[in-house]
Amino acid sequence: MIVPLPRFKPLWIFLGILLLPWVIEGLLGRGWVRILDFALLSVLLAVGLNIVVGYAGLLDLGFIAFFGVGAYAYALLASPQFGLHWPLWAILPTGVLVAASFGVALGWPTLGLRGDYLAIVTMGFGEIIRVFLNNLTAPVNITNGPQGITMIDALHLGTWSFARPHRVLGLPLPALVGTYYLFLLFVLLALFLSRRLEYSRIGRAWMAIREDEIAAASMGLDTRRLKLLAYALGAVFGGVAGGLFAGFQGFVSPESFTLQESVMILCMVVLGGMGNLRGVVAGALLLAFLPEVLRPLGGWQQHWFHRVLIDPSTLRLLLFGVTLVVLMRWRPEGLLPSRARAREWHTS
Amino acid sequence: MVTFLQQVLNGLTLGCIYALVALGYTLVYGILELINFAHGDLVMIGALVSLSLVRILLGWGAPLPVALAGGLVGAMGACVLLGIALERLAYRPLRHAPKLAPLITAIGMSMVLEQSSALLWGRGYRSFPDLGLTHSLTLGGVLISPLQGVIVLGSLGLLGSLLWLIQRSALGRAMRATAQNPVAAQLQGIDTERMITLAFVIGAALAAVAGLMVGAYYQVAHYTMGFMLGLKAFTAAVLGGIGNLSGAVLGGILLGLLEALGAGYLGDWTGNLFGSNYKDVFSFATLILVLLFHPSGLLGRHAPEKV
Repeated sequence: MIVPLPRFKPLWIFLGILLLPWVIEGLLGRGWVRILDFALLSVLLAVGLNIVVGYAGLLDLGFIAFFGVGAYAYALLASPQFGLHWPLWAILPTGVLVAASFGVALGWPTLGLRGDYLAIVTMGFGEIIRVFLNNLTAPVNITNGPQGITMIDALHLGTWSFARPHRVLGLPLPALVGTYYLFLLFVLLALFLSRRLEYSRIGRAWMAIREDEIAAASMGLDTRRLKLLAYALGAVFGGVAGGLFAGFQGFVSPESFTLQESVMILCMVVLGGMGNLRGVVAGALLLAFLPEVLRPLGGWQQHWFHRVLIDPSTLRLLLFGVTLVVLMRWRPEGLLPSRARAREWHTS
Repeated sequence: MVTFLQQVLNGLTLGCIYALVALGYTLVYGILELINFAHGDLVMIGALVSLSLVRILLGWGAPLPVALAGGLVGAMGACVLLGIALERLAYRPLRHAPKLAPLITAIGMSMVLEQSSALLWGRGYRSFPDLGLTHSLTLGGVLISPLQGVIVLGSLGLLGSLLWLIQRSALGRAMRATAQNPVAAQLQGIDTERMITLAFVIGAALAAVAGLMVGAYYQVAHYTMGFMLGLKAFTAAVLGGIGNLSGAVLGGILLGLLEALGAGYLGDWTGNLFGSNYKDVFSFATLILVLLFHPSGLLGRHAPEKV
């Protein structure tokens, strides 16, 4: 089956994406540009998880752990914790390597087995990594326990810091907008890689495994190695996003890497449409902005009922759960599915 | 020696609770080959419902046994209803969907149960009413609380009667037949859908009992407590051989002992560097090791994947 690559997007869409942070800053204020930056990291994570869940059809419930590994790698290599201040181009590959090794170490024993074992093992791993992050303080204080690591170096390339405003060609470039462009670059790279993978031999092999693993193995595919590759590549994306997150936020603590976050990213992928990049990006953006949309709810409840009946963060997590259940029941292919994937869901 | 016996007793108590929960996983997995992620959360609901009921009944001046019985019955009722609803509304419509769908639904339902409990009981820790059963007796240096005795004897009794039900009764035979081959079982006139519901009902009832026990034992309940407990119980089920009932009991008790002894001794051996704060890691490491070296578990048969 020959799948044509999509035509080059019209220039104006690209321009719109470039101008987006300026528009948002003008209309909604600087705080929303920050949220937009975090949303791009969510897109990066969702694109990574999509390789595992969408392409290879494996359920990974501990994806946030790789994000955590990447974040802590950055935090340890660029903060006063060990007095190390590595540059970004050295940290990211290191973080990626560490995240991928974790992925392989975890995937190897499980991926030869039935697919559903992976789900529970990854779920456990996501929790165990937090136990380590919380406790690796003796004999050498590595992670600084529940307090986390602070004073992490800001993202910078050479002398160009992304935490400071700049002037480019006489125009002011706020720090948050500069960061937006950096993250955008990573997202575009991730989308490009992901797209190329999807239509490669490897991508087709993943889809064959997803549709019918036994049939795929009978055709001579080394399913275990292919699944491991998908799993490790997902970890790589997670690791990169984690590194960027640590540098952007300036501090990391174990509490950022809970099962709820893993479920949120899964929800982004499932809502948009597993296996379809456009859907995954849309799902990620939609859910990344959800907490901000729900935030005023607390105030309204306070105003109308004089007390907060439903905590906005509880409501958000409840919505994630309901979304997953409802989608699987009535629209498993997601809101913006790929045609092949939609057929797959409805013929079996 | 005294420390050892003490840890064995503590491990046995914990192991009995794990075994009760592990049975729920293994019953459903044996028939549907589905990891019911929401099962751990049923335990949490059992704990919170019984906590509230016992508190209310004690508040009305009911004697302790009556309050406990009321809490137990209420928790079982709530869990069984939820278990049936879970199966009917979430899993049954996906019986023939691709494998990924019920798994995602399961994690979604787990989230729904957790957050609904957070709404009902709040996000803080709820303390279990003092049952007065924790005043320990000393037996040759080993501290035994009446509660531990109740937990161990009660769960062993339950486990024994359940094993009898499954292995010896006609109903149990029908369930085992359904697990072995649903189509063939149906041809023999077994209502397989009913058997599936029954698996959920039994699992949920045991989860309620385990919830009450774990709540009373640790004297605290929280809306996220089901997660780790569920993970450990699943590990126990895999350790014993998933789908195998005696295996789940054996795996549960072994895991409980392993955890108690590990938490008790590893700290001493490593100069408290790697002690009980890592106890959650033991069960996970066990899970990985079992999957790596003997994925069919202690009592399980090697089951090739069905086409």
